[in-house]
Amino acid sequence: MASIRLAVPRTAQQDEIIEIKALIQHDMESGFRRGSRGEVIPRDIITRFECTYDGNTVFAADFQPAIAANPILTFHLRASTSGPIAFEWTDQNGTQWQDQADIEVL
Amino acid sequence: MLATAGGAIAITATPLSALAAQEDLERARVELFGDRPVQEGRVTLKLPPIAENGFSVPLDVSVDSPMTAEDYVQRIAILSPRNPLPLIGVFHLTPHAGLAQVSTRIRMSGTQEIEAIAEMNDGSLFAGRMETVVTLAACVVL
Repeated sequence: MASIRLAVPRTAQQDEIIEIKALIQHDMESGFRRGSRGEVIPRDIITRFECTYDGNTVFAADFQPAIAANPILTFHLRASTSGPIAFEWTDQNGTQWQDQADIEVL
Repeated sequence: MLATAGGAIAITATPLSALAAQEDLERARVELFGDRPVQEGRVTLKLPPIAENGFSVPLDVSVDSPMTAEDYVQRIAILSPRNPLPLIGVFHLTPHAGLAQVSTRIRMSGTQEIEAIAEMNDGSLFAGRMETVVTLAACVVL
């Protein structure tokens, strides 16, 4: 399970640009490390993150092994309508997780 | 002087095959953006000048753009000349983001100059760079 921690403002003015922080709890095992017996520890990473709001993709990221463990992202969004901001992230095996945060546009 | 000595030690401690050479970086750049010319400017890349630990280095990239439907940043690629893989990550932006600024944390296998290339919606490319001295490299230490 790769859970997420989100920091999204509850309210915003119309057209205000808000900051969003998302932290996915995941080891992001790079595949370049070796274990105690010299064996290569297999790669296990989150490869894709997407944020959608008001019917549009606002922001997306493709991760490589060089993204640090527990990947954190800070990005921005222009507030247009009250409603959910949806987050979706996918690991290298295609497993997907979702979460959302509601915003009220005053 | 100390910093360059540290860099030299890190180079000898890392198997050469695990290093992304400058050619690999070129290849990654061509894979992403083709052979379009890259201009300097508009991209501000911020990393700490010295990172004690290469396993998690804060990175902040911002691009000078109005982020309107007519003029916005489409993609930002973060590239490394020294990590085992030249590509660190790609951010996809849209006018709905309102501001072309993204932060994350990256792994760095040694002292190097990280490069950020931004692709505008008209296809033009701009680059920004920042060098970070890494005292303890990721990948080298188990």
